[in-house]
Amino acid sequence: MTQFVWLIPALPLAAFLVNGLFGRRWLGHLTGWIATGAVGISALLAIGVFIDVLRGAERTTVVLYRWIGVGEFKIDVAAYIDPLSSVMLLVVTVVGTLIFVFANGYMAHDHGLPRFFTWFSLFVFAMLILVMADNYLLMFVGWEGVGLCSYLLIGYWFQNPAPQHAANKAFWMNRIGDWGYTIGMVTIFLVFGSLNFTDVFEKVGIATQANLTLICVALFVGATGKSAQLPLHSWLPDAMEGPTPVSALIHAATMVTAGVYLVARSTPLFVAAGPSLQIVAVVGAVTAIFAATIALVQFDIKRVMAYSTVSQLGYMFLACGVGAPGAAIFHLATHAFFKALLFLGSGSVIHAMGNEQDMRKMGGLRRKMPVTYWTMLVAGGALAAIPPLAGFWSKDEIVGAAFLSGQTLLWAIGILTAVLTAFYVTRAMWMTFHGEPRDHHLYDHAHESPTVMTLPLALLAVGSAVLGVVIGFPPDQGFIHSFLRPAVEVEGAVEHTAEVGTILALAAVSVGAGVLGIALGVLMYVRGRPDPAAVTRASGPIYRILVNKYYIDELYDQRILGLGRAFFGALWAFDVHVIDGIANGIGRLASVGGSGARRFQTGVVGNYALTVVVGLFVVLVAYGGYAAGVFKR
Amino acid sequence: MIPLGAFVAVSAALFFIGVAGVLVRRNAIVILMCVELMLNATNLALVAFSRRGGIPDERGSVFVIFIFVIAAAEVAVGLAIILALYRNRPTVDVDEVHAMKG
Repeated sequence: MTQFVWLIPALPLAAFLVNGLFGRRWLGHLTGWIATGAVGISALLAIGVFIDVLRGAERTTVVLYRWIGVGEFKIDVAAYIDPLSSVMLLVVTVVGTLIFVFANGYMAHDHGLPRFFTWFSLFVFAMLILVMADNYLLMFVGWEGVGLCSYLLIGYWFQNPAPQHAANKAFWMNRIGDWGYTIGMVTIFLVFGSLNFTDVFEKVGIATQANLTLICVALFVGATGKSAQLPLHSWLPDAMEGPTPVSALIHAATMVTAGVYLVARSTPLFVAAGPSLQIVAVVGAVTAIFAATIALVQFDIKRVMAYSTVSQLGYMFLACGVGAPGAAIFHLATHAFFKALLFLGSGSVIHAMGNEQDMRKMGGLRRKMPVTYWTMLVAGGALAAIPPLAGFWSKDEIVGAAFLSGQTLLWAIGILTAVLTAFYVTRAMWMTFHGEPRDHHLYDHAHESPTVMTLPLALLAVGSAVLGVVIGFPPDQGFIHSFLRPAVEVEGAVEHTAEVGTILALAAVSVGAGVLGIALGVLMYVRGRPDPAAVTRASGPIYRILVNKYYIDELYDQRILGLGRAFFGALWAFDVHVIDGIANGIGRLASVGGSGARRFQTGVVGNYALTVVVGLFVVLVAYGGYAAGVFKR
Repeated sequence: MIPLGAFVAVSAALFFIGVAGVLVRRNAIVILMCVELMLNATNLALVAFSRRGGIPDERGSVFVIFIFVIAAAEVAVGLAIILALYRNRPTVDVDEVHAMKG
């Protein structure tokens, strides 16, 4: 099966070409099913590849062709199939297929549907290139490709100003990350003389500590951009301006996890470069709690989910940072299921409410939308890490790994974030589905979504419920661990093991955190003790800071962009006055010189004759002087 | 025997009369005549040097024949141009013909 691995990205690419060329004029709504079919077949192939790897075909490289061969610089377009990339292939294509099916229902009434599915297919293609690549340069191609598609799809409703701004913001913040990735990539080539994963990881020993640290920090800057970590996180919540299936696939399940994948893939480099792992862990933990606190006070249902995604990605980086990349990928997989489900469920609600996203206008929807309600309840439970749902196993493992690595502070942050997570999930679920309808007009028009939308929800709910137990049980010794071990294990890395008692105690604390958060949420929003409004008033300044997202956007806009504007304003002035001045000056010189010279062209024959005679005279005098030796030294 | 200098002096005088005529006169036919004058001044100088130069050389005299031919051709072309000019606009005053003024 592995030899057909190139069909996996080729099918979405074909769907992109067909839909892009013929979609708008001839295919119409058929584009959706063409794209869905292509991704679905890719998913089947990915399952085949996964089974191959499972049977022991770990680490296969399938070369398609040589892309660049200049002296020692050799880059192949090659697929590197190992446990890590096969898991990623599976997540991207399987979750992708379900979201594509959903999108057929969600986008059915949108006039731009062929355009939507064109970019959506291209996104899947780029994402598959990213995860399959066997070198940093090909990975960068996919990396840029998903960034482009993210930009195009955030700005899908480009007629409105908000999506335009959100798309531009996402694009520019990702540029900063891509700059880091490029620095890292170039440094890798200068140090190791290769960009191939296997070559580089074999030669880790030849690099100095300073070089490795530079590489890892630069790559991590790239990861923070793509995965929306501090300080480059603020594009992701704004990216919710795109259609909800886009938020589910690109900004929750797959693209934003590319940074985690990059760090997990580069584990040998990060482990060898001591302090950079610590940076990853701290940034991850701080982002996790930072985004969770903002999610507490959001009223837009998609923004709650967006900040939740930022927070969960923080968990994944925390896992990478404390030396548990396997747990990070495990959480990546479970998160892809339950967060995609939460987004699609939100999409289903938004669809039913006539594009209303404000939770203050919802309420009581569980009677109208039972399937959406029950599936989202499963996903919410998974996000809140309630056993035995999927999120529990992976999150518990991450928090446990932080504890076992001796970083008690990071562990405490992880537990606190878990409390906050459970709280905001409860709040969102209650405000949306329980209580009395707050806007009767919208409520009366609400209806359950069609089967094409509820079926993917149900399937994702099954994944969100059982995936954790199936692949992650028992903790630290489950299937996913032994499967990923060859891909992410590094010789010399510290292995943290613990007594069964410790593991159980840690799990109990995790569960306790989740239950505490839910209990607080139920107390505040169901019982009204304390009343949410009263809490808001009592915590005045803190609440304002949270509602304004720590004023990060304002800070960037005024301080950093202000500096940038001043600097680039100066450059602009230099350009206009000096560069353009020189260019225009040369032009004017020709013009002035020409208008001077045209005075000679009098049209009067006598003047020409005079010029001839004078010229002749000058030549004769000069020649005579030369002949007489006047000019000799 | 008339000295070489006398020939050269007459030649130079003729030449400068021609130059002055070309520069100051406005009638195209007169200008053409002055050009002829300059050419013939040259011829005189050439013949004089050919016969009275330090080393007599007949090639100077031969050169004069070429200049006759060139002068004849020049007059033919020049008069044709002046005729064409006169047909287009009834003047032979070169100062009034400045359509090529830049």
